[in-house]
Amino acid sequence: MNTVLETKNINKYFRKPVLYHVLKDINFQIKTGEFASIMGKSGCGKSTLLYILSTMDTDYEGELLLNNQLITGQDRNHLSYLRNKHIGFVFQFHFLLSEFTVLENVMLPAKKLAEKTSKEIEHDAFEKLKMLNIDHLAYKQASRVSGGEKQRIAIARALINNPSIIMGDEPTGNLDSYNSENVFNIFKQLSAEHNLSLLVVTHDEDFAKRTDRIITMEDGTILA
Amino acid sequence: MTNWPVILSIAKTHLLSKIKQTATAALGVTFGIGSYITLVCFMTGLNTMLDDLILNQTPHVHIYNEIEPSQNQPLSLLADLKNNFSVIHSIKPKMSQKKIHNAIPIINYLNKDIQVRGAIPEVKTQIFYIAGSIELAGNLTGINVMDEARLFNFKNYIVEGTPEDLDTNDNGILLGAGIAKKMSLSIGDRIQISTIKGDIFRLKIVAIFQSGIADIDAMQSFANLKTVQRILGEAENYITDINVKLYDIALAPSLSKKIEQQFHLTAIDIKTANAQFETGTTVRNLITYAVSITLLIVAGFGIYNILNMLIYEKMNDIAILKATGFSGKDVQIIFMSQAMIIGFVGGVLGLLLGYGLVSFIDTIPFRTESLPTVKTYPVNLDPMFFVIGFSFAIFSTFLAGYFPARKAKKIDPVTIIRGQ
Repeated sequence: MNTVLETKNINKYFRKPVLYHVLKDINFQIKTGEFASIMGKSGCGKSTLLYILSTMDTDYEGELLLNNQLITGQDRNHLSYLRNKHIGFVFQFHFLLSEFTVLENVMLPAKKLAEKTSKEIEHDAFEKLKMLNIDHLAYKQASRVSGGEKQRIAIARALINNPSIIMGDEPTGNLDSYNSENVFNIFKQLSAEHNLSLLVVTHDEDFAKRTDRIITMEDGTILA
Repeated sequence: MTNWPVILSIAKTHLLSKIKQTATAALGVTFGIGSYITLVCFMTGLNTMLDDLILNQTPHVHIYNEIEPSQNQPLSLLADLKNNFSVIHSIKPKMSQKKIHNAIPIINYLNKDIQVRGAIPEVKTQIFYIAGSIELAGNLTGINVMDEARLFNFKNYIVEGTPEDLDTNDNGILLGAGIAKKMSLSIGDRIQISTIKGDIFRLKIVAIFQSGIADIDAMQSFANLKTVQRILGEAENYITDINVKLYDIALAPSLSKKIEQQFHLTAIDIKTANAQFETGTTVRNLITYAVSITLLIVAGFGIYNILNMLIYEKMNDIAILKATGFSGKDVQIIFMSQAMIIGFVGGVLGLLLGYGLVSFIDTIPFRTESLPTVKTYPVNLDPMFFVIGFSFAIFSTFLAGYFPARKAKKIDPVTIIRGQ
């Protein structure tokens, strides 16, 4: 199996208010089609790690590889491009652009990538929405749909460019059990049917237990 | 790599979804630019009117023979006294003629100069207007009527009759409105004048002028050059003054110096003759520019303020755009284009508003004794003001948008996403 994401000796320090060693020698790999979760207590550095992996945080030591290519030290514009093309992101709070319609929200990353015509993008976006059973919301304003629906829209947006990996920062943290279950099933399905890699930071033990692999963190190191 | 259609569609959505804020920002620019246009057109219009009041009637260079004492007194010819300190009492002006020697060749020479729009002769003399037993002192100037009308906007000041009437009448006189009023005379009447020597002539009033300067209107009248020469009993080459009008008024001082040296005559340029007037114009222009720049700066700060607020409101959007692959530069361009759209729309509306107000001012009646041809408030619709106004709208919105947009570019999405 191919390796999608790999870290080599990642170290991170918070410099303010005092120097603090958050991440200590992080080494792990995510393979294609793997559904992994990161667990750990608050403050153990799991979110910090996730944002380094997402390429948004570039202030670290060590090496990060995406699809076996070193991306540490790339310039910000290229990182934006990589993030756009290869990484889908789902947050705890849905973070949709509230003034745009659902469809526009989903289409936006693909429009930025500009590899397809806007007709094709629209078609793709509808496909993704249909896959998540929310195609009836396409023309609604993003601010006017429910929380569970918003999270599914966010997933559709994460999928639009057919990324190599989807990352989630507590994607179910803000949802009730019904919607959590729903989101989990979608992730499971993506991993099983579409062979997509997923890396999800979570507090929810039930959620984590059902994933392929649990990465447990404590005090900035990986335990298992 | 900038993907303009996407960026502009995001900018458009931001602007349209907050249409009230957008409108407020754009109106800030509109009022700023509109009032700039109105103010600058109106102020410069008034300035030009005031300038014309003096400048149109004043030659750029005035050449005449000054009556003055000779610099070389006979005493200085004595070599024995060279190193002595001499005191001469009761110096009298040098006996010389009033007329300019060789005036006609000088005029021809000046008219050939490419800087000169025209050089025209005048004969000035003192006369008395006779009304029964009363004698009113005055000035009579002999002119080439049509040249004068061409170079000095003579026509604008003739309230009754036309310059042509004077040109074609050898016994005609163009009377100042003040004298006409004093003596209860009107067009068609005859007036008696007396020269200093005592010769009496009857002239027909063919036109009446009002210069706007009461002292002149009460003293001055004009007749044909030949008429005045005849009244004085002088030949056709008797010319006392030459008035020169240039294409570029700034060249007047240097030309006047040149003429003084070349012909040994006195030549006064307009800047020397009207120094205090020049200061007034400068000060008025200064005030105009100070006020307009203030207006534009206030408008600029309005835009800055609103864009700043917009960016604070859009923190989440900025973070999400960055997380989904938009670069900092993309985000900066999104906000910059919003600023530029506001600047463009506001600027265009401002130009229209300004034009509307100026056109309105142009129709407000404004009558003044001093300017018989001015019927409404003067405005100066110089296209340059519109170009400057629009450029400033674009420039100031660019600046006002630049700093907030740069802030948006630098926002770290992680802090915002984690901070929620």
